[in-house]
Amino acid sequence: MKARVHVTLKPGVLDPQGAAIGQALGTSGFEGVTAVRQGKVFEIEMADTDAATAEAQVDEMCRKLLANTVIENYDISIEG
Amino acid sequence: MKTAVVVFPGSNCDRDMQVALRRASGQEPVMLWHKDTAIPAGIDLIALPGGFSFGDYLRCGAIASRSPIMRAVADFAAKGGFVLGVCNGFQVLVETGLLPGVLMRNATLKFVCRTVALTVEETQSGYTNEYSKGEHITLPVAHHDGCYVADDAVLKQLEDQNRIALKYAEAVNGSQRDIAGILSENRRVLGMMPHPERAEDPALGNTDGARMFSGLVSQALSA
Repeated sequence: MKARVHVTLKPGVLDPQGAAIGQALGTSGFEGVTAVRQGKVFEIEMADTDAATAEAQVDEMCRKLLANTVIENYDISIEG
Repeated sequence: MKTAVVVFPGSNCDRDMQVALRRASGQEPVMLWHKDTAIPAGIDLIALPGGFSFGDYLRCGAIASRSPIMRAVADFAAKGGFVLGVCNGFQVLVETGLLPGVLMRNATLKFVCRTVALTVEETQSGYTNEYSKGEHITLPVAHHDGCYVADDAVLKQLEDQNRIALKYAEAVNGSQRDIAGILSENRRVLGMMPHPERAEDPALGNTDGARMFSGLVSQALSA
């Protein structure tokens, strides 16, 4: 069983890295990029269990370690 | 004053802190390893040094904050012990939840390594009682992730409770309210990005950090 976690900065939190990447996309010739926000993806291999239990476990992982909820949101998807 | 310095894999200011605490207290600091689970009896101050604990993996300070020694440090703080976190130590303190907010990548995206101007905002603490309120001092900084961020409610609480100990007196890293160092509610925990341990020896050309350590010693002796 595999869980995928997206961690993203909360709206309103300054993201200078995302802004720099957006600028670099512009100078690379990609026109029309209006904003870039940088985040993280975690792919977590887990022992097989039911999806609800797995999601609850991963939710706790996010709150305790994977995300800093002062500045970050997280989104969990359970695959197979 | 009996002191201890926590060493994490990737700490690189632990020896500087040891030297500063030895000079100020006249006693040999205890060096604690991140896998230790207990604080020796009689310790008055625990210092979390600067560096790049665990390579700044995940978020700076995040892995170190989950190490065994930090549970003991949190218990020590809860009982009113002094805990000083400098640079990476400050990042570990916010990740542990002993101080509010978070330290993010500098707004300039540049690693900043120079001596900066600071204002002492608050003198009612063991760390700052030998400075005067509003005093301008200079201390070295060396960090990539020193931009202090917290929500408005936390910032207001820090201001209302006079817990902002140090502010930058020049543009350094984009920190909200120019915050360079904050105190816990009981004023026993201080997290700061500048390095007082790099400015306590006359041979290094700046002793503005020395009073932080001598102030702690006098506070610990009078307690």
